[in-house]
Amino acid sequence: MFTHDGWVPMRDYGEDAVDFVIVGTGAGGGTLACKLAEAGFSVIAMDAGAYWRPLEDFASDEQEQTKLYWTDDRIVDGDDPIHLGANNSGKAVGGSTVHYMMVSLRFRPEWFNSRTKLGYGADWPLEWREMWRYYREAEEALCISGPVRYPWGPQRPRYPYRAHPLNAPARYLARGAEKLGIAWSETPIATLSAPRGKAHPCVYRGFCASGCTTNAKQSVLNTWLPRALAAGAEIRDLAMAGRVETKNGRATGVHYFRNGQWRFQCARNVVVAGYAIETPRLLLNSSSSEFPDGLANSSGMVGKNLMVHLNQSVFGYSGDEIRSYKAPPSLALTEHWNYEDRGKDYHGGWCYMAPGPLPADWARTVSAKGKWGAGLLEEMSRYNHAVGLKMVGEVLPYERNRVSLSEQTDRYGLPIARVTFGFGDNERAMRTHALDFMDRALDAVGVTERWRNEEETAHLMGTARMGEDPATSVVNADCRSWDIPNLWVCDGSVFPTSGGVNPSLTIQALACRTGDRIAELAARGEL
Amino acid sequence: MADPFSAYDVLAKRDTPSWNERTRDVIDKRLALAIAENVLGDTQLATLRVIVARVCPDPPDRPATNTLAMIVRKIAEDEGDGYRPHTLPRTAECWRRGLDAIEDEARLRFNCGFASIEPDQADEILYAVESGKMCSELWGNLSPELFWKWRLLPDLVSSHWAQPSLWSAMGFGGPASPRGYVRLTENRHDPWEASEDAATNSSHALSQDHEE
Repeated sequence: MFTHDGWVPMRDYGEDAVDFVIVGTGAGGGTLACKLAEAGFSVIAMDAGAYWRPLEDFASDEQEQTKLYWTDDRIVDGDDPIHLGANNSGKAVGGSTVHYMMVSLRFRPEWFNSRTKLGYGADWPLEWREMWRYYREAEEALCISGPVRYPWGPQRPRYPYRAHPLNAPARYLARGAEKLGIAWSETPIATLSAPRGKAHPCVYRGFCASGCTTNAKQSVLNTWLPRALAAGAEIRDLAMAGRVETKNGRATGVHYFRNGQWRFQCARNVVVAGYAIETPRLLLNSSSSEFPDGLANSSGMVGKNLMVHLNQSVFGYSGDEIRSYKAPPSLALTEHWNYEDRGKDYHGGWCYMAPGPLPADWARTVSAKGKWGAGLLEEMSRYNHAVGLKMVGEVLPYERNRVSLSEQTDRYGLPIARVTFGFGDNERAMRTHALDFMDRALDAVGVTERWRNEEETAHLMGTARMGEDPATSVVNADCRSWDIPNLWVCDGSVFPTSGGVNPSLTIQALACRTGDRIAELAARGEL
Repeated sequence: MADPFSAYDVLAKRDTPSWNERTRDVIDKRLALAIAENVLGDTQLATLRVIVARVCPDPPDRPATNTLAMIVRKIAEDEGDGYRPHTLPRTAECWRRGLDAIEDEARLRFNCGFASIEPDQADEILYAVESGKMCSELWGNLSPELFWKWRLLPDLVSSHWAQPSLWSAMGFGGPASPRGYVRLTENRHDPWEASEDAATNSSHALSQDHEE
């Protein structure tokens, strides 16, 4: 991982029963694999994707690096069908953290009780103070670079590494926020601002969405998983899970496809951590005579309440050279509208950041406003002067937005996922407010020829929500399924609400908590 | 159209610390990619060639691009993006049906194949695909608007702006590992980045601050 042609030893458990088999090695599964292995459990974490070595395997190229995305067939429908693949779905050991934007934010405390305290969504079965402790654990594990003092929310300690210098788009965001009289901050972000072990600080090459070639990005691949291996976990790559087997009300292991054949891994506990589409797909595809509606689904909630984030943007042009391809995108942000509820005619919060689209991404954005031919070529030549703002906005849970099984099957013969999504009035009202505000923030710093990109979404949450009540949720606060005591779900699908921030840090904090809880339960003989 | 970065060639950085070995390998293969044979019929390929030229023209005075070969490769491998509307078939079938329908549309409107009509006639048909105003029965249950928005346009621009000629023409820094960048603020750039020609940007001359 950290040297060319380097190797590290890894345990090989074979297919006899282990304490835990984890399906998925992203922010949820990879983090939990580390925590459980360090607690002394025998752990196999399998992933459908490859175990890449960034120094040798990654190019500085958008097209080549599509190999990091989940590009297997999925069907999208509904009133506002969403983009998947590169947008939000990874297929690699380390999951989508291998190509994430590294923005590492904590939830606003009230969001864990948004039904009780703010009057919308659903309450989490968790207390924010406890989560605060696990956020800190995740931030330290990732050496988050961030400001000394964060302007919003309860006091938190300073971030482990210093904040990065601002690039031009971030400086524009900061100046716009100041002109409109709201606070801004350097973004807490999971890329190194100083050396860590054999990894160098970020070189500001700007290809974050295509994977980091230098290991500055603190992904699950190069943080939690090296620790997991050292603690005795096995990472089994290129292993596609097709079905969780159950007998007498308990999970017994996982059927998976590897090296051209179906195999079976026995386990005393199974953790499903495939993110908000593959997790419900696997639970639904594992239906049996004992569980005809799929596993952990007595509530009927598996696959339901799919959430994304609003990710709309405003772009325009500046007289200055901006060159937003340099440095990680999103180096500055404002969470003002996550913490200020006055003046809103909708529920929920949103933040905005300074994006940095690479050429193909930018060409898709410009062409989406109806440009092609010579007009597109002409406008693309102004790339270095383009500057924008991009929101991450909370989407409410609706049961009608869901993941179900299609009649079509994939190359493994497994029914593929059908992803149904549509915005509600709340999302439309938030979008209008946010786009108007971001437009003013760009106008205030002299950005002209502005336009609104009204379609984009980001991230996936929900579809196996946690809760207090087995009748309305899939798992409890420990991410343990209500129906099958040795079946767990650990990824973004357990979110009851989405919050107005990127989800990866919350997923990792939840996985840290789940790891600790499992160790406590085991010590009490309650596994 | 004036090329604002006439003196800049991203490929000149190939053997500098801005390109790692893997990137050199990937870009070399892209530039050498040939149009795969027996993937599309002759008429389909001729239609696609004109679509690429009309939707994604090459920048003048730059080396020709390989966009067409990349699209044909994608069709050959039936490569998906990880999502498609339920009314769109998979990549290869979607492209073939779309190309056949566009060819048929040209014959209906101009009594001539798409590859042989005038450029403005080709554009007229492409605008009609974009807005869904199609006559050919070959479209069947394939929505022209969805074909345009979810298949044709993203595939074309994603492949076109994967071409070094396009990176040069837009002043993009190109591959940047391991060297990356040092100067990050507005109106600053590193010596290994593109300089914008003064003539094309005279209105912004006062804010320029080139120290290199």
